[in-house]
Amino acid sequence: MSDLLLKVAGLNKSFFGVQVLRDVGLELRRGTVLGLVGENGSGKSTTMNILGGVLTKDSGRVELAGEEVQPASSRDALALGIAFIHQELSLFPNLSVEENIFLDHFPKRGAGIPFIDRRRLRDQASKALELVDLKVSPTTPVMRLPQGERQLIEIAKALTRQARLIIFDEPTTSLTARETERLFEIIGRLRAQGISVIYISHILQDVMRLSDDIAVLRDGEVVGAGRREDFTVERLVTLMVGRSIDRLFPEREPSQGPGGAALSVRGLSQPGVVKDVSFELRRGEVLGVSGLMGSGRSELARILFGLDPYSEGEVRVAGERLPPLKPRLAMDRGLAFLTEDRRGEGLMMEASIADNIVLPSLVERSRGFIGWLDPTGLEEAARDMAERVRVNARAIDTAAARTLSGGNQQKVVIAKWLLRAPSIFILDEPTRGIDVGAKYEVYKIINTMVAGGAAILFISSEIEELIGMADRIMVMGRGEIRGFFERASFDRETLMSAALWQ
Amino acid sequence: MGGVLPASSGGALSRPMRLVRLVLFSDYLVLALTVLYVAALWFAVPEIISPTNLNDIFLQVLPLFVAAMGLMMVLLVAQIDLSATSIMAMSCVVGASIMTSQGGYLAGHALAPVAAVLAIVAIGLLIGVLNGVCTIVFDIPSFLVTLVTMMFFSGAAIWYTAAHTNSGSSIGALPSSFLAIGYGGIAGIPYAALITVGLAIIVHLMLTRTVFGRWVRAVGLNPSAAAISGVPVKRVVIGCFALSGLFAAFAAVIYTARLEAGTPILGQRILLDVIGAAVIGGVSLFGGKGSVIGVLIGVLFLSAVDNGLQLLGLSLSSVYAIKGGVILLAAVVDAIRHHLLARG
Repeated sequence: MSDLLLKVAGLNKSFFGVQVLRDVGLELRRGTVLGLVGENGSGKSTTMNILGGVLTKDSGRVELAGEEVQPASSRDALALGIAFIHQELSLFPNLSVEENIFLDHFPKRGAGIPFIDRRRLRDQASKALELVDLKVSPTTPVMRLPQGERQLIEIAKALTRQARLIIFDEPTTSLTARETERLFEIIGRLRAQGISVIYISHILQDVMRLSDDIAVLRDGEVVGAGRREDFTVERLVTLMVGRSIDRLFPEREPSQGPGGAALSVRGLSQPGVVKDVSFELRRGEVLGVSGLMGSGRSELARILFGLDPYSEGEVRVAGERLPPLKPRLAMDRGLAFLTEDRRGEGLMMEASIADNIVLPSLVERSRGFIGWLDPTGLEEAARDMAERVRVNARAIDTAAARTLSGGNQQKVVIAKWLLRAPSIFILDEPTRGIDVGAKYEVYKIINTMVAGGAAILFISSEIEELIGMADRIMVMGRGEIRGFFERASFDRETLMSAALWQ
Repeated sequence: MGGVLPASSGGALSRPMRLVRLVLFSDYLVLALTVLYVAALWFAVPEIISPTNLNDIFLQVLPLFVAAMGLMMVLLVAQIDLSATSIMAMSCVVGASIMTSQGGYLAGHALAPVAAVLAIVAIGLLIGVLNGVCTIVFDIPSFLVTLVTMMFFSGAAIWYTAAHTNSGSSIGALPSSFLAIGYGGIAGIPYAALITVGLAIIVHLMLTRTVFGRWVRAVGLNPSAAAISGVPVKRVVIGCFALSGLFAAFAAVIYTARLEAGTPILGQRILLDVIGAAVIGGVSLFGGKGSVIGVLIGVLFLSAVDNGLQLLGLSLSSVYAIKGGVILLAAVVDAIRHHLLARG
């Protein structure tokens, strides 16, 4: 038997006349990890969807252990030993762990008898959970488990199907640092058992750390492939964007230094959420907020914007007290809030780009008691703003937000707030799930705002991003502030350990 | 790939698929079907386009259109109002009891019709607000809330009528100045039509040209995103229920003037028509989508079907069954559209 588990050659695929894959070739050895990187829309997901049986190829050859295969459905792919762990997990939160693992192959009480053998179900589920080092009862409903553990259940599910190849698509986006570590450990274990892994991620450091081989896709073509040792993060970025971005972060115009306090928070507490949070955000400053998921950073943002309550403390905007639970008032005082959930809370996916952009500004742009609007004026304002943030779309008045790529959707969310010319902008994970090029543009927009005197609260899970963009970084953990770091003393390890410290 | 997915252009979809999409997404599909239907029936029952019959359809359409516009408001915020017809029943018997010359509270008073109309409108508004508050503040599904208010006010209307009449079935003898709404008019155009057109224009402008209208759509499309964008989501939803109640009351005014009596069974059988007309007219059950023109077309279609089948001599039960089928079909088309859109 050859050492090669998967060989893909000459893969082509078009959608609606647009060729999204051109002659893609990949090789994956048994018991190794192949890191797959590329900007959004570079063809990673399409390739993986073909392997996983979600899409069919136009032409090309896929060989699994020397045999040509052509999975027609994800069930087919699973039968061949290819498991695809999607970005959005496909578990049923209302069912138990064991039911989820064995949903499509429940152990029966005997051939032809349609009753589930509960005991065998439990035994096999426990064994599968051991394989992924997860210590929960098989009868726990999945909704009670955190994201990271749910992912492990997906892996356990794949293992019970004797998967030979497991594909991970952006598995760490919703994981905490500790959960990520655990995932990496499991991937290492899979590898040792001879299972092959394809690992897709935007976080290049992770790819460098995990992979044996790396392949880079750009515009549907493989533009670089080889052993991990042949790559560096810088080279990966260059290959991905097709041009050299010597700096991942744009240079900021030298400003006169931060001004007075735009937002001051004193002793903010809400049981179980945040505890005694005090800080000051100054005009012309980017204050980075670092911390793991569940550290209270997003919850803090929601409280500041008036969406969630707090029991103690106060929030002052430009010296004046901001009453709680009044998002409209917060907006009137110059606050803007980009949430971490772009689809769920940022955009009306079915509405046009223009309708999305003007939504927070309607009241200010209306006349009279009945709130009379001028549709032409609104559309012009939206068009103007969409151009300023460089939303790439054909028609902002008819194209639905849904039709845009992730990066462009995020620009629409930014545009809708910029139209209000906010003085304090809370950004919660503004670059999550968007490609390198769009990230760079988001950073440039932030810098322009700061240069204009705005204050930015920049929440991010990517420490590099905060180091590159922030003037100061506030580290949070368990709802408390763990410390402040000035730009001069930014250091990845220090920041990380501050966040992890119990 | 560029910013816009090629799916939206549909450029390379297969021809039949493109046709299916074109037909499904067309705003005037239902209008075309209405015309086709009437044309087809014309051969079997030529009297369908007789002036008398058209006038019948026209008068039938008016109150249904008004009530369906109200229902559209709650559908736009992805809620439902099953109580619309009970609001009609309750408000009309109270209104009639105020102005009837047979022992009405203000019998014979010159302003009695005005007071009665105000009472009808106030009752509609109040029940609507009650629906909205129960749905939003207590977080009970609007399906259940309005089902309960429907039952309660249907019963209350019957009890109220029995308490105010000897016969117990309806309150008649309404003043002629009130009945003029149903029969009078300016230059041959009935007042009822003028009121309906006026309301339609107001709703259309409200939806397209005011902050509230945009807010309504935003809440229907994504309530979380709307809330974060400063939309007072709860007030908007309560407002939509209030408008639904208000428009049911307006419809009650027109119906009562036509029937010359307030009766607790007013509108009892048209609940399905009201909801059906809105859905056939392209108002999405998933929220955020719908227009006055669409609702008008839906009402016309449903009324044409109803009228045509009756002219063909079908029994009431067959007419019911066929109408139900048509409405189900419209709901299925709405669901397919929704999923096609979600898929891109």
